[in-house]
Amino acid sequence: MSETERDKPKKKDAGKIFLEEAAKSPLTVTILAIVTGLLLGGLLVAVTSEDVYAAFSDSPWEALKVGANAAWKTYQALFNGSVGNPGKIIEAFRGGDPETIRRAINPFFESLVQSTPYIFAGLALTLGFRVGLFNIGAEGQLFIGAATTVTAALFIKGLPAIIHIPLSLLAGFLGGGLWGFIPGLLKAKTGGHEVINTIMMNYIAFRLSEYLLRGPLKNPEGFSPISAMIQDSAKLYRFFGNPIRFHLGFFIALLFAYLLYLFLFKTTWGFTLRTVGLNPRAAKYAGMSIVQSTVIAMFLSGGLAGLAGANEVLGVNYNLALAFSSGYGFDAIALALLGKSHPLGVVLASVLFGFLRNGATQMQVSAGIPIDIISVLQAAILAFIAAPAIIRTIYRLKVPELDIDAVTLRGWGGN
Amino acid sequence: MAPILELRGITKRFPGVLANDHIDLTLEQGEIHALLGENGAGKTTLMNILYGLYDPDEGEIFVRDKQINVKSPSDAISAGVGMVHQHFMLVPVFTVTENVMLGDESTSFGGFLDRKSAAARVREISEQYHLEVNPDSYVRDLPVGVQQRVEIIKLLYREADILILDEPTAVLTPQEVNELFTIMRSLVEHGKSIIFITHKLREVLAFADRITVIRDGRVVGTTTPQETNRNILASMMVGRDVDLFVEKKPAQPGGVVLKVENLFALNEINQVAVKNVSFEVRAGEILGVAGVQGNGQTELVRALTGLIHAYSGSVSLLGQDISAASPREITELGSAHIPEDRQQDGLVLKATVADNLVLNTYYREPFAEGVLVQKEKVVENALEIINYFDIRTPSALIPLGSLSGGNQQKVIVGREFSRPIQLLIAAQPTRGLDVGSIEYIHHRLIEKRDSGCAILLVSTELDEIMELSDRIAVMYRGEVVAVVDADDVTKEQVGLLMAGVVSEEAGG
Repeated sequence: MSETERDKPKKKDAGKIFLEEAAKSPLTVTILAIVTGLLLGGLLVAVTSEDVYAAFSDSPWEALKVGANAAWKTYQALFNGSVGNPGKIIEAFRGGDPETIRRAINPFFESLVQSTPYIFAGLALTLGFRVGLFNIGAEGQLFIGAATTVTAALFIKGLPAIIHIPLSLLAGFLGGGLWGFIPGLLKAKTGGHEVINTIMMNYIAFRLSEYLLRGPLKNPEGFSPISAMIQDSAKLYRFFGNPIRFHLGFFIALLFAYLLYLFLFKTTWGFTLRTVGLNPRAAKYAGMSIVQSTVIAMFLSGGLAGLAGANEVLGVNYNLALAFSSGYGFDAIALALLGKSHPLGVVLASVLFGFLRNGATQMQVSAGIPIDIISVLQAAILAFIAAPAIIRTIYRLKVPELDIDAVTLRGWGGN
Repeated sequence: MAPILELRGITKRFPGVLANDHIDLTLEQGEIHALLGENGAGKTTLMNILYGLYDPDEGEIFVRDKQINVKSPSDAISAGVGMVHQHFMLVPVFTVTENVMLGDESTSFGGFLDRKSAAARVREISEQYHLEVNPDSYVRDLPVGVQQRVEIIKLLYREADILILDEPTAVLTPQEVNELFTIMRSLVEHGKSIIFITHKLREVLAFADRITVIRDGRVVGTTTPQETNRNILASMMVGRDVDLFVEKKPAQPGGVVLKVENLFALNEINQVAVKNVSFEVRAGEILGVAGVQGNGQTELVRALTGLIHAYSGSVSLLGQDISAASPREITELGSAHIPEDRQQDGLVLKATVADNLVLNTYYREPFAEGVLVQKEKVVENALEIINYFDIRTPSALIPLGSLSGGNQQKVIVGREFSRPIQLLIAAQPTRGLDVGSIEYIHHRLIEKRDSGCAILLVSTELDEIMELSDRIAVMYRGEVVAVVDADDVTKEQVGLLMAGVVSEEAGG
């Protein structure tokens, strides 16, 4: 349409203006998506609860009450599992026993521990999205990063922590980076689609790490495919005693989120990469190199995914085992979408997912609710994010004007 | 006889904008009525109201003296009103027949699609109006001009008597435009009535029976081609006197800036698109490249700007060979490029106006210090250019895509003109722009020429080439068939050269 009429708000009271502005904000959709996802999850709990059907024989009203109660209990368990049981925390602080206190507040910190690899991997995907690249290979890059990290952390001896830790992280970055660089190069030089090639690289990475764990990296003193424990000098500092595993990695992840923000939005490199992502033809016209941008972006994206693996090795497991990652690299795709491909958004989304994941484990134990309900909940949230029209229809929101932060992926066959 | 369609007092308000202000319009049976106005004047809004896409705030619509209430396109269609949108609504992987049937599927016994009888109808319609469309072709295989005819068939299939064509010529080549108007003529001879929306003066003068000019949502006047001329219409559209004919002094050519010798270049599917082309452009002159779209101009420009490399031959800019240089190297030598497809090649629609204004200088001082982008400098630069080039935008920090086409083009012109340049390569610099913007860009081009810049102007608009160029190179099938002084040739002679007819007098 040729007409471009813009809104000019007339005199309105502040509350109305706030509501209208809020309705236009893309953030509103995200928040409503999360809230709606939670409601839907609760509904699912109620619908799948046998007690509810039993109560139906009394009266529908009773069934409704039982259902609501089941949903409430589920989320209560989720809260206790991810943040901590408020009653227990208060009690523990009253008691004053440090061990009990740590146990009571552990869920909160464990959630942050869960969030950390999500942040790294989410940043990896974000960088790719910004350049118009769909890096499905984060999981494989994460494994290779973990393998190179464990190599550096295990076999290099006698270094002070201040050198050994950065060195091990660098090894992880380079390992993951290499795994991203290869499909990046293939894309830039031959046009081979990065989605296909990163998936293939994943398979190679999984089998390669399997080989390494049965061969060169295997703990010679054990029988299972697990590496030996890394040197103490390479371990990331843990802030509290057992059982709290909260470690320095979380803050390193935040640092990298900030660095990525600076890189993308404050440097000429970021300007180049973002332009390539938004319109490669205009980028070429303006003298930017698509080949170079693609290769650099895939290398850096792989590197960030590699750091997710390094973080798990250096901060949590202290060794490398088969299948140590529960699909962080794949969840990261969702995180980057949820976080609107912005480093800050990714951090928030990762923390949310970390809390949900950690809480879900506890929920399964204490409330007997299957952990899968959280997967459904996450899927629902993401579906709402991916199809904002659903949320806009439910809550009667207006479609925002051209969104400057929206990141679109080029379709298949784009170059 | 009563008019077939009458709009009375149509008013439509959008928040903060009065898009249509008590518009009256009558369409007589069997006429081609042009609705002329600048982009954003309210033409499309008016037609969308008639077609049931918008609800008017006030006003009435009569078809054959009977008031109708259009709440949706299906109401409009049942009243005999059909519309061809600027962007076609066709399914590429369907055949013509399937596209025509879509939404109005006739079925045979048992609910199966009755493609056969539908195809027969399509063939019948196509023959009746000389549309020459094969019902069994797949739409993706058809040229744009034929796709448009499929859209027209869709309307005729639904027995529309009143056809609305929204900017039908925007996507067509000059030949296709002529074909379209032959078809329109044949349609009105068969009793149909047509409203066509446009902002192109030449077309309305050549093809319309009556012309209604709209400006700022109001009808400025209705006239006929016999009673008016380009200047009057342009003034009516813009609301002030428009100087369509650019005054220019004789060129004072200086040294050679761009020298092209025996250039060959390939197109995207590796066919030779530019064949043995040689010419030079001097400082302070405009060399116009005339030619029908698709005769190698696109590839020529891409080869000169580094977007593709020459297959053979040489290109030199200020004495330096650039036949294998990158776009950035060529830009840094002082060459500027207004690309043919501004939205695809020249701009990043989702980036801010300010970022677009430094698209090819962001990495240099003062916009960058080291690797850090200096945002204040970028914004300062934007405000300066916005002000100097009169770019209408509420802010330098909104996405460029929300600007109108004319203002988007001004962003490119502003960006390319605001750095020191020796050569300007302008490809279709006014395509799709309204009269006011065309006038503006023409004046800027002449101004740039007079300041000593060498300009290569590529345009398929012959009028534009004739008005602005000092010398004209005519391209035909990849070759430059003639380079002539603009003062020595007539438009007709250049037109013949464009068609590949090289005669003694014209081909000097």
